[in-house]
Amino acid sequence: MTTLDVNGKRHEVDVSPDMPLLWVLRDTLGLTGTKFGCGLGQCGACTVHLDGAAVRACLTAVSAAAGKKITTIEGLSPTATHRVQVAWVDGQVPQCGYCQSGQIMSAAALLAKTPRPTDAQIDTAMAGNICRCGTYQRIKRAIQRASQT
Amino acid sequence: MKTSPTLDRRSFLQVSAAAGGGLLVGAYLPSWTGADVTSAAGTFEPNVWIKITADDNVRIMLTMLEMGQGVMTSMPMLVAEELDFDWSKIKTEWAGADPRYGNPNFGGQQLTAGSNSVRGMWKVLRESGATARAVLVAAAAQTWGVPESACTTDKGAVIHQATGRRLTYGALVDKAAALPVPTNVALKSPANFKMLGQSLARLDVPEKVNGSAVFGIDVKLPGLVTARVVRCPVFGGTVAAFNADKAKAVPGVSHVVQISSGVAVVAGNYWSASRGAQALEVTWDEGPLATLTSADIMKRYKELGQQAGKVARNDGNADAALTGSTGAFERTYEAPFLAHATMEPMNCTADVRDGVCDVYVPTQGQTASHQAAVAASGLPADKVKIHTTYMGGGFGRRGEADFVADAVETSKAVGRPVKVVWSREDDMQHDYYRPVSYARMWGALDASGTPTVFKQHLVQQSLMKRIGGLPPNGVDFISVDGSANLPYDIPNVRVEYTETDPGIPFGFWRSVGASFQGFVVEAFIDEMATEARKDPYQFRRELLRKAPRHLAVLELAAEKAGWGTPLPAGRARGIAVMDAFGSYLAQVTEVSVDARGTVRVHKVVCSVDTGWVINPDTIKAQMEGGIVYGLTAALRGEITIKNGRVEQRHFGDYQVMRHNEMPEIEVYIVPSTEVPGGIGEPSTALAAGSLVNAVFAATGKRIYSLPIRAEQLRGGKA
Repeated sequence: MTTLDVNGKRHEVDVSPDMPLLWVLRDTLGLTGTKFGCGLGQCGACTVHLDGAAVRACLTAVSAAAGKKITTIEGLSPTATHRVQVAWVDGQVPQCGYCQSGQIMSAAALLAKTPRPTDAQIDTAMAGNICRCGTYQRIKRAIQRASQT
Repeated sequence: MKTSPTLDRRSFLQVSAAAGGGLLVGAYLPSWTGADVTSAAGTFEPNVWIKITADDNVRIMLTMLEMGQGVMTSMPMLVAEELDFDWSKIKTEWAGADPRYGNPNFGGQQLTAGSNSVRGMWKVLRESGATARAVLVAAAAQTWGVPESACTTDKGAVIHQATGRRLTYGALVDKAAALPVPTNVALKSPANFKMLGQSLARLDVPEKVNGSAVFGIDVKLPGLVTARVVRCPVFGGTVAAFNADKAKAVPGVSHVVQISSGVAVVAGNYWSASRGAQALEVTWDEGPLATLTSADIMKRYKELGQQAGKVARNDGNADAALTGSTGAFERTYEAPFLAHATMEPMNCTADVRDGVCDVYVPTQGQTASHQAAVAASGLPADKVKIHTTYMGGGFGRRGEADFVADAVETSKAVGRPVKVVWSREDDMQHDYYRPVSYARMWGALDASGTPTVFKQHLVQQSLMKRIGGLPPNGVDFISVDGSANLPYDIPNVRVEYTETDPGIPFGFWRSVGASFQGFVVEAFIDEMATEARKDPYQFRRELLRKAPRHLAVLELAAEKAGWGTPLPAGRARGIAVMDAFGSYLAQVTEVSVDARGTVRVHKVVCSVDTGWVINPDTIKAQMEGGIVYGLTAALRGEITIKNGRVEQRHFGDYQVMRHNEMPEIEVYIVPSTEVPGGIGEPSTALAAGSLVNAVFAATGKRIYSLPIRAEQLRGGKA
């Protein structure tokens, strides 16, 4: 049994310790807001927070997440009103939307650490999150907007 | 409700080159009259699209599927505009596979492709709203004993102008349901639009920022298991034998079953299924393509390029004019196979039990998914139900139905609901790729630098042949979309086409044939301008004097980009213009190229004339995203074949544009009252053309082969 703290709730999961956190979240706990894009840490669709830091859940063994505070897109804000989410709606950022959970989690982690990021800091923090719909410009503007609220 | 007989009589596909950038033109007429609907008690259902309830809610059916292009919002806007309803009270529902909801531009198929949602559906949907409104006005006028002409509507209510009396649509449903539905109603003039032309917020955005949006991969069902399919790495290869022992030894793996596409490893979750798939031992019969390489394919294409092709367009006498010219020149262009690489890997969930089949699928085509599920399940069509979900990208890939067959066959084999999920590597290596392309181009100029000849010979796989057959002239008009409709005023234009098929699966990739033509035609026209010693913008302007919509977008993009104004050192601009999918667009791209030959795109200014506009912000978003998709392909995109298999595996070796490479993009929409064009694909088609012309302006080096390679550009300006 592994004990996980996900979005402030304790879960006991009976899984192999090397099972990636991504699949524990999605297939064991049913938290499907965190997405599978590559399983290789190349695309960022599975980004979640471990003790506030953005990590790729597909490369994080569940054993490494035990004892840490795990936050997924579902737990970022109980009312979906985190300033990053609000900025995303205001800027009409998503297209297909598949990568956006990961984008939002990366952006939220960036702003928590760097409240007023420069363009270069945004580029660096977000470079690991791919969007095939090409919403990058809207994402950058939304992060800038969120940083001012 | 009863099923319309309309489809059976009229659902033949008619392939026509007169489609003006469209793909398939059908004689199918979707029914928006009341002929095939009866209203349930307490509701008014004037047609299959609209249901109004006594509590003043409206439900609008959605048949065009949402993959990011905004149709979930733009389609009901078309209905709501004519219905004159309160937008905030609109509810939507997905239609599933149902022939009553077909797209007339696809002969009645339910297919979201070819930038055909607005083009195919705007009239149907506006008429559905207008007829409903007409009946509601008649119902109110009868209630009050006044003429219909004395009544107006606003936000879901009929108003008697003289007295100010008001009845909501909900109060009128019973009376309206008993009245005949007119078959001929006038649509609003664009000048009177209240909603169309407004950037209304997308209906799908709230659930796409909180993790609640359900994509195909997120489908949950009681007892659901997950499978990954091991496929032959060589195209056309088949399973010779397999040993399931090691796969079944992986904890969680429950079944290993052979299906058409390979061997499915079934487990309680994806991770176990994937580990089982990695452990599975399969011996493949690799088939006839086991030694094929990309070089073999291009060698063959070049040989075919030496022969005469089928004639797609022939104005004047290009060959005679070339022979007689002293200013003639030839260039050749190549572009590779491309993967779609949607963010959500292919997947599908099926539940085949007790003589019924339910399919939950992120698809662009309800009809194709339904047909595939019927075939794979062996069940009657009416026992197979398609439930659509959001798509994590489509770009043409999800118009296929191979993933449907995977899930239906596997569920049938194990007797449980099964979700088949492809790994990134499965997705990259088993796509239906944008066809590899080879084109020879010839041009000639007279002594004053005016073009006298434009000639192209394109060698490519044929999508028309794949989906239904080539027309009698042997020309795939999808392939020559962009050259056969060349807008430039040149007296001798000849476009030839040769079809060939090396056996690599190919399909529709965002902007399809125009994805290559937007590159080669605009790169070649640019080179003609250089040969003529003219500014590439002015050169195009002169040749577009008889093409006012092209000219207008060209001039707008040039003006907004400051064409001809100074740039910081090292930067240069390129320009390109075309029509595609019924829209007209131009792009000015600004780049720099460093000493290592790396191209940096700084800015793209895009203008577009797409007729009257439904949702301007959606158009801007599509132009932005389409440009990124096209730039990614031009800068990086390449699928190569070695020993009959794809060499690339994932985003590490099939790289895509990322945040830190993103240019600034500006989009300008030309006001227009023309019939709407398509918007999902055109900007992808033009991105490479404008880019390579900018690279030439920066380096003096022409690009004849995509993707652009740094080694071609090293060492500074030529």
